[in-house]
Amino acid sequence: MKQNLKMILTLVAAVSMSTSAFAQQAAQIPASRLINPSDLVALLQSSKAKPLLIQVGSHVLYSQAHIPGSEYIGPASSESGLQQLRRRVESLPRNKLIVIYCGCCPWNHCPNVKPADDTLQAMGFTNVKVLYIAGNFGVDWVDKGYPVAKGD
Amino acid sequence: MIAKKLLIAIGVLVLGILFFLRPKHPSQDSATLGNFAPNFTLSQLTGTPLELSSYRGKVILLDFWATWCEPCREEIPQFIAFQRKYGSEGLQIIGVSMDDTSEPVREFYKQFDINYPVVMGNARIGELYGGVLGLPIAFLIGRDGRIRAKHIGAVDISATEKEIAQLLRAK
Repeated sequence: MKQNLKMILTLVAAVSMSTSAFAQQAAQIPASRLINPSDLVALLQSSKAKPLLIQVGSHVLYSQAHIPGSEYIGPASSESGLQQLRRRVESLPRNKLIVIYCGCCPWNHCPNVKPADDTLQAMGFTNVKVLYIAGNFGVDWVDKGYPVAKGD
Repeated sequence: MIAKKLLIAIGVLVLGILFFLRPKHPSQDSATLGNFAPNFTLSQLTGTPLELSSYRGKVILLDFWATWCEPCREEIPQFIAFQRKYGSEGLQIIGVSMDDTSEPVREFYKQFDINYPVVMGNARIGELYGGVLGLPIAFLIGRDGRIRAKHIGAVDISATEKEIAQLLRAK
């Protein structure tokens, strides 16, 4: 029994250490840069200029459901994902409205949106919004009946 | 003539109601409580195929997870402990990794000495299970192959252990 407990504690400690790489928490993104799902839907349905929509999470999740018109870039928690993001936006005017989103995990655990936002800020983009997805993309977007597309 | 018009009106009304009640989104209802868990065959990390139906008679905890998902990683040591504690009574945990590539999964599997099979998932199995559009998601499947619980987000470990024990008792 004691041995089992010790082993679980050791594993939990190892997991905690290994997840410290995910310390880039979405909660640190300023509220002024967040956009709620309902506001984004209203924006997309309005006659205003459409934003560039980028999904910065997993491809398996994107294939199942994503916001119509959004582009898959690759998980921004990885350097290759960030490189693809940089390549995609580097030629754009710095005041271009860009909306990034993920929804892979509960907001505070998302490893992707904060690095993506940091990268766009570092590149000088002044009109970036991060879609605030509290739980996950299924619950907070698909189940709400907002527009969805499937596939690659 | 009036009866014909009435029939047409009723038909249109019924079609309208059916249209209104249709399943609207992939995250709804393709794997609902009480229904048989959708069968699938996927490759384990070892390359060996795993077919869900071959575990009929066992209580299954089907865990959709990914290495980049912090809450998923945090609950895996507990799942390892569950497998060790209840495996002999008929519990079988099966991990379905929703990572895009298998390399980080292999590394994680080895690092944490996972004692249950892990298969590589894809969009198809996600849709089969009602849309795995956020992680973790865990399904508890009874010995009869029917879905008995679905947990979106990290599970409550003690409540899940109670559910497992209860399902194991049901022969």
